[in-house]
Amino acid sequence: MSHQGTEGTLLTNNVQTNNIENATAVTAIQQKLTTRNRNIYRENLFGRIVALICAALLILLVLSITYFIASKGLSTFFVDGVSIKEFLTGLKWDPEDEPAQFGVFPFILGSFLVTLLAAVIAAPLGIGAAIFMTEISPGFGKRVLKPVIELLVGIPSVVYGYVGLTLLVPFIREQFEVLGFSVLAGGCVLALMILPTITSVTTDAIEAVPQDLRNASLALGATRWQTIWNVVLHSALPGCLTAVVLGMARAFGEALAVQMVIGNTTKLPESILDPISTLTSGITLNMGNTIAGTPYNNALWSMALILLLMSFAFIMILRIMGRKKLSNR
Amino acid sequence: MLVNEAQQTVIKTTDLSVYYGEKQALKQIHMDIERNSVTAFIGPSGCGKSTFLRSLNRMNELIPNCRVEGSIQIDGIEVNTDSVPIEGLRKTVGMVFQRANPFFKSIYENIAFAPRFHGMKNKGDLDHLVEQSLRKAALWDEVKDRLHDSALALSGGQQQRLCIARTIATDPAVLLLDEPASALDPISTLKIEELIVELKDEYTIVIVTHNLHQAARISNQTAFFLMGELVEMGNTSNLFTSPQDKRTEDYISGKFG
Repeated sequence: MSHQGTEGTLLTNNVQTNNIENATAVTAIQQKLTTRNRNIYRENLFGRIVALICAALLILLVLSITYFIASKGLSTFFVDGVSIKEFLTGLKWDPEDEPAQFGVFPFILGSFLVTLLAAVIAAPLGIGAAIFMTEISPGFGKRVLKPVIELLVGIPSVVYGYVGLTLLVPFIREQFEVLGFSVLAGGCVLALMILPTITSVTTDAIEAVPQDLRNASLALGATRWQTIWNVVLHSALPGCLTAVVLGMARAFGEALAVQMVIGNTTKLPESILDPISTLTSGITLNMGNTIAGTPYNNALWSMALILLLMSFAFIMILRIMGRKKLSNR
Repeated sequence: MLVNEAQQTVIKTTDLSVYYGEKQALKQIHMDIERNSVTAFIGPSGCGKSTFLRSLNRMNELIPNCRVEGSIQIDGIEVNTDSVPIEGLRKTVGMVFQRANPFFKSIYENIAFAPRFHGMKNKGDLDHLVEQSLRKAALWDEVKDRLHDSALALSGGQQQRLCIARTIATDPAVLLLDEPASALDPISTLKIEELIVELKDEYTIVIVTHNLHQAARISNQTAFFLMGELVEMGNTSNLFTSPQDKRTEDYISGKFG
């Protein structure tokens, strides 16, 4: 498309003068008001159609993935006849036994335990780092700390797992005289992985707190720390919670790094120093050994369905919190 | 005579200069501010009147590269020095900003916020203080039934009076008001003005305003700033009717600014 060409035709072809044509003199303003550039109109339409197709594809993709996982996952209950209650609360996982046992409670418990532990470790660290970056030392924070934290995002999860396996697992083994593969190791590795998410989302939330509020607090004679704790953090609280939930959603779905340090047993742990499995590690470890369509394979899809539903739940929590945040302002 | 004079003047600045980096925003200001009176600062934008106001409770220290040189004495105590604790100074010299800036908390918590830091823990004392402060700010009757609602649900004028109440709750001696009514409608503005006149019995009030009529209505003393200089200061009625300086006369008669 040549722009000079379009401009050339603009005056002759694209001017719609309509009933003004009959008038003896068309003022400049009248002409501006009644001129329509067809090319702009066409481009506009084209852009809208492209955007619409992209959006429709995306929705279709999400719906079809959901449908696929649900149809596979639900066949455990409707085709293979495993009761939902037994599946969710059963403690024994032995799909190759006769009769097969499909209790995934240990996996669910493992997923929740490592996620919670990761959040408990990463939330204070991430929020603290965000406070440092925004309130205490913005210069150093922006120049050094922020790029370093962004680097953490770029490290592949297998590397986190490998580091955990090489450093953390032996460390726990020596310190506590246990196996080393444990909930604690999984939680620590995950905490490191979700730290950047929590830090950057909290940083945005803190930066969005109006400077006016800080001034008001300082002008009342509050100290800097009192201001940060009671005014800045208090105002940014919805954002901080969003950050933590976002991090938890990531931790819940992470597979590889966790699988490398968690131990992958289905025995219920007695403490966070014992090994366990998570839903994700259970799926990745067992998927290769199963044949599509067998109850064993379907049971793994059911675990995937639980993961999917959990991520929907996390998204819903975030949505509700986002709406609350808006209504507070 | 001397004792009397010391009692009359509460804030005394000597050779007060403020620099933003290399730029000098205020040039050697000498000023005496009288106790229990309203002093208005007028002048065009960028003349240094807000800068001067913010120097008095050392809020300028929050601005990077800002230097405040010279002397500020409050009741004879030099306060432009690090040896005076800044929290104590800001508690004594309270400030209300141009835009109402209530915390994202309830009306009650907005007021109880600062007293808690300054050591008031007893709930009964706090309740009493909240009521007293709201009464003094002429807001009590409007909000007494919804003290625990969000402060952000109040109207702009009510929010500004809440900010005044919040400042009063720290028991200050001086109130610095930085264009407190410039973002408000005429009726809310009138309420704030009435309030200021009432409050001067208890506090020394310094107000920056763009509204010359406002300065004439409510202040006892008026100071005219221009390009970082204090051009003229005096009794408000004298300054508006017979200004000594040509520049003051031009400004108040609307020739510029």
